[in-house]
Amino acid sequence: MKKQAYERPIIQKLNTGLMNKYGTKTEYEPVTHIDGHAVHDLLQAHGSPLFVLSEKTMRQAFRDANRAFKTRYPKVQFAWSYKTNYLSAVCNVYHQEGSWAEVVSGFEYRKALDNKVPGTKIIFNGPAKTGEELELAIRHDSLIHIDHFDELYSLTQLAENMNRRPRVAIRVNMDTGVYPMWDRFGFNYEDGQARDAIHMIVQGDKLELVGLHCHIGTFMLSPSAYGVAAAKLSQLVMEVKKTYGKTLQYIDLGGGFASKNTLKGSYLQGVDACPTIDQYAEPICTAILNAGFTEDELPLLILETGRALIDEAGYLLGTVVSNKRLADGRRATILDFGVNILFTSFWYDHRISPAQPFGQYTEDAVLYGPLCMNIDVVREHITLPPLKKDDRVVVHTVGAYNMTQWMQFITLRPAVVMVGKDQTVSVVRKRETMASIQQEEQVPEHLKHPDL
Amino acid sequence: MKLKKNIALSDTGFVFDPSTGNSFTVNPIGLEIIGYLKEGRNAEEIKREITARYETDGPGFEKDLADFVNMLQKLKLTDGNGKATD
Ligand SMILES: Cc1ncc(COP(=O)(O)O)c(C=O)c1O
Repeated sequence: MKKQAYERPIIQKLNTGLMNKYGTKTEYEPVTHIDGHAVHDLLQAHGSPLFVLSEKTMRQAFRDANRAFKTRYPKVQFAWSYKTNYLSAVCNVYHQEGSWAEVVSGFEYRKALDNKVPGTKIIFNGPAKTGEELELAIRHDSLIHIDHFDELYSLTQLAENMNRRPRVAIRVNMDTGVYPMWDRFGFNYEDGQARDAIHMIVQGDKLELVGLHCHIGTFMLSPSAYGVAAAKLSQLVMEVKKTYGKTLQYIDLGGGFASKNTLKGSYLQGVDACPTIDQYAEPICTAILNAGFTEDELPLLILETGRALIDEAGYLLGTVVSNKRLADGRRATILDFGVNILFTSFWYDHRISPAQPFGQYTEDAVLYGPLCMNIDVVREHITLPPLKKDDRVVVHTVGAYNMTQWMQFITLRPAVVMVGKDQTVSVVRKRETMASIQQEEQVPEHLKHPDL
Repeated sequence: MKLKKNIALSDTGFVFDPSTGNSFTVNPIGLEIIGYLKEGRNAEEIKREITARYETDGPGFEKDLADFVNMLQKLKLTDGNGKATD
C-alpha cells in the first residue's frame, strides 16, 4: 500500500471576534517556478539562497510606466536610479529601454560610464560630490544637480578654473502635504532659498541653469503629493522665465513611487495600498499641462523612478534550516537568508511563499535568518503552511535596494541570476567566495602568526 | 494519558475546550493524534500507527510529536503537569 503524504501535526488557536494580529492566510498555491524555471533546479544549480531577476518583468514595468506618462504628456524621460539596483545587467536593461542614468556618488557615476552611458545622459545627484567627481562630471557634460550652497560655490570655482560652463539644476525641497517633509536635501521652496540659489546661478553666469529637480520622498503612497510638487516646480520655471528671460529645459520629479510591498505596520496589504503608475502619472501631467506653458515651452519631464520599476522583478529563493518552538509557544522557522541579504525586511513584511505543494492548514510563525544576532528577523508574524527542514521558499518583490544595500556580514553574499527575455538563465553576479573578501585584507608582518 | 477528558473533536479538525471556551483548528494528522491521545495510547503506539501509513520515518515523527504535545500543554489542553504521552 502506498503511504500518504505526511505533514507535521499542527494546532492553532482560533480568535473569534478579534482581528488576528498575525493577519490572515495569504498563500494558497506554492510558487514552484519563476519565469518557467523550477525553484528547485535554480537552487540546485546556483546554491541557496539565490536572488533571481526577471528581465521580462523589468521590461514590462518600464513599458507600463513609459506608456502611462507618454500618453499624458509629450516629453518624458526616465533616468534609472542606480542606487535602487546597480548590477550592470540590470542598468543595461533600463538603458536599452531608453533610460538615462541617475547617480548619487562618484562610484555610481563611474559605473554609469562603464555601462557606456554618454555623459550627457547622466544625472548627478547627491549631497556629497567631491571636487574630483564634479570635475569628472563637468568634463563629460553631465547634468549636475546642486544640493547646497557650498556645492554651488565649489562648482562655480571649478567652472572658472576649467573654463567650462557646466549644465546644472538645483534640487528643491518643499511642502507637498506629506509628512515628515524631506528638507535635508536641496534648497527650500517656501522659505525662498531655492530662489536665492537660482539668482546666484543666473547672475553669476558661470553655470548654465537647465532644469529643476525634486525628490519628495520614497515609497510615497499619495499620488496627489506629486501633483503639488509638479505644480510648484512649474511655477518656479515660469518665474525664472519672467524674471531672467530664461527658459529651463526640464523638470525632474525624482523617484519615490511605491511598489507592491507591504510596509511594516500597514493595515493594508501592499498590493491593495499601492497606487498604479497611471494614478501617479495623472496628477503630475495634469499639473504641468495646466501650469500655463505655451506648447513649445513645455519642459521635459524627467522621472528617476527606482523601486516601482524593479521591485516585482526580483525574487529571493531560500531554504528552511530548522524549526523550533519558542518559550511562549510560537513556532520559529530558521531560513538560510536574513537581514544581511534581505535588507528590506527592516521596512517591509515581505510576502513569502512555499515552493512545494502544501495542505490547507497553516500555523503562525516567526521567520528568522541564519545570523547569530537578535536583529535577524525576516518576518515577525506570518501565517504559513507547516514548513520542514530543507523546504524551499520564495520571497517576492525584492528587486529594489536589496542587491545594493545587502551586507557582507557573518556570511557571504549569494549569486544573482537573471532569467532573460528568451528564458535563458545568466549569472549576473557571482556568489562571493572566501577569496573575494580576503583579497582586500592585509596583515602586518608581526600579526601573520597567531602563535597559539 | 493526560489530555483533558471533556475536549470535543469534530471530524473536520475543530477542537473545543469547554472548560475555557477556547477553540482550535488542527490538521488531519494533528486530529488523528489527538484521537489516539483521547483513547489513551502512548507515544510508541502513536508512532507505529503514523509511520505505518504516512511517508515519515520514526525519528522524524518523534520530533514532531514531541513538539505537538508540547503545544497541547502550552494551550492547556492537557490535565495536570504530566507529559501527555506518559
Ligand atoms: C534623488 C533620488 N532619485 C530617485 C530615487 C529613487 O527612488 P525610488 O526607488 O523610491 O523610486 C531616490 C531614492 O531615494 C533618490 O534619492
